[in-house]
Amino acid sequence: MSKASTGVLGVFAHLDTATEAITRLRKSGYDSLTVYSPTPRHELEEALEVPESAVRIFTLMGAFTGSAAGASLAIWASLQWPLIVGGKEIIALPAFSVIIFELTILIGALSTVAGLFITSRLPRITRPEALYHPSFSGGNFGVFAHVGRDRFPAVSDIMTASGSEEVLLDQ
Amino acid sequence: MASEIRSVFHPDVKNYEQVNRDAMRLLTKPGPGYVALFGLALAMVAMAAVAFGYEVVYGLGYAGLTNPVGWGTFITTFVFWVGIGHAGTLISAILFLFRAPWRQSIYRLAEAMTVFAVLTAALFPIIHIGRPWFFYWLLPLPSERAIWPNFRSPLLWDVFAVTTYLTVSSVFFFIGLIPDIAAARDSTTVPWRKKAYTILSLGWRGSDREWKSFTRAYLFLAALATPLVLSVHSVVSWDFAVSVVPGWHTTIFAPYFVAGAILSGIAMVATIAIPVRKIFRLEAYLTDLHFDRMAKMLLLTSLIVGFAYSMEYFMAWYSGELFERDVFWDRVFGQYWWAGWSMISFNALVPQLLWFPKIRKNLRVFFIITIFVNIGMWYERFVIIVPSLAHSYEPWKFLNYHMSYTEAGILLGSFGWFFMWFLLYLRFLPTLSIAEIKEILPPPMRNAHHGDEHGQAVSGGRVAEALPTGYVTE
Repeated sequence: MSKASTGVLGVFAHLDTATEAITRLRKSGYDSLTVYSPTPRHELEEALEVPESAVRIFTLMGAFTGSAAGASLAIWASLQWPLIVGGKEIIALPAFSVIIFELTILIGALSTVAGLFITSRLPRITRPEALYHPSFSGGNFGVFAHVGRDRFPAVSDIMTASGSEEVLLDQ
Repeated sequence: MASEIRSVFHPDVKNYEQVNRDAMRLLTKPGPGYVALFGLALAMVAMAAVAFGYEVVYGLGYAGLTNPVGWGTFITTFVFWVGIGHAGTLISAILFLFRAPWRQSIYRLAEAMTVFAVLTAALFPIIHIGRPWFFYWLLPLPSERAIWPNFRSPLLWDVFAVTTYLTVSSVFFFIGLIPDIAAARDSTTVPWRKKAYTILSLGWRGSDREWKSFTRAYLFLAALATPLVLSVHSVVSWDFAVSVVPGWHTTIFAPYFVAGAILSGIAMVATIAIPVRKIFRLEAYLTDLHFDRMAKMLLLTSLIVGFAYSMEYFMAWYSGELFERDVFWDRVFGQYWWAGWSMISFNALVPQLLWFPKIRKNLRVFFIITIFVNIGMWYERFVIIVPSLAHSYEPWKFLNYHMSYTEAGILLGSFGWFFMWFLLYLRFLPTLSIAEIKEILPPPMRNAHHGDEHGQAVSGGRVAEALPTGYVTE
């Protein structure tokens, strides 16, 4: 989905006004929004109705890969030099379960992080996704509508009507 | 009015902005007291480096290790630091899954402590092997003779467990930090800090897409870290329990070690959090309620540990095994009676004072109790490791172990190393979890009609809060 690079940013001091702006904008057909908040709030997620994040698939695949890697590493390496130690079998699964478990967690966790970075497009070295204001990590909420210049007045009106403290334009 | 609604956990925190201001107060130029403490930590590290240098140049003989006591201070201290490293993940992951809102303000401190404690612990096996340049023999690396490490050995399980724990807890720590580093980036005015935070925040902006993935990733990381933290000290305990040494070879070792690890970890968190709260005036965040909960957790784990101690003695007696009985008798009436009694009294008896609410509320007394537990937990590991080796099976090979100056220097230096990292962290990374504390604060609302005291009906009563967040009207 390509988003318009221009748009209107509404700065909101309150959660309920920001939520209202999202609802009103979406009702008017402006679905391409970027919403900033200082802390995750379910109200915003519900107003946006964003689909479930794909991170969980990364976690699951990573964990399975880790189990397989742990099992194959321990089994294959033991078969390379099949020496009986401590009266245990060459392929001693109770002992290997620890290796399998640790690698499940390790690769599961690392691929969760990879999933987080990929799905949220981090690290973002280039220009931010939309106009940003430093107060969004403090106490303010922000709603950015990705729209063309011709829509600026209409969108600004919705922002102000919902209770935006300040409306900024990204030309 | 909306501003009158406060969180029951942080009644003195007015709004979101205050959290940023208070967290940023720590990220300023350090004073002379800090520099002096940091210098002391560096001096301790230097002392350990000299001691370690001696050991490397002249051989492991500089450590007090002999036959039969091949594991001494280094392994004791390794287990001690790994144990300390358990509270962070317990508070950050397990309490996160249990939705305990009192974790929000304390978890970052605990998690930092975990990372630095495991970082300290990881040094000790390398110091202990005597030829540290061969430490890569521990790793499953291919060699030309196709010789692999022994996957049936608990020592190799430990390599996997500790390195996984170090990696996952560091990753968990850093991921949690990203939004707060971004907040620090947005409010700092010092140019080099701004540059550093800009790089470390990875361009985080707090957009809906970022939060959505972040909250899910955090949940899964917590879900993965929870079994991991329970496994790490279990695996450490199997280093002992899988061998056939009297005093080690018991099935209760895994839960016993995990409970001990949490006991020592919580004690260390409190030992650090009490002065940090006082020095940086964080009373609004680390409230009496937080210390009360920690004291209760300390009490619970102390009871579990005390139960494990008595079970060990019961099993030694009930088994009728001569060697087992002898080792346990020796622990409290033999050469190491002082260590044995310190362990029992500091870990199982002293924390019983926390049954009294007055003592839980008195932070000075609580602080002293946590110091006792810290010392007691070091003794616990010492008592498990050394007397069992010094007094096993045949009387002709009974031999006592004495800690050498080299070992003592490295032991003290490990505290310097730990506090060096911790002091750096306090001044350069956000100690308060800015974004997560805001999760339990009542959100700023313009229309007061939501007026629900428990925050359940904030958005028209459609959904319950993700956290059981208590709000009160001031």
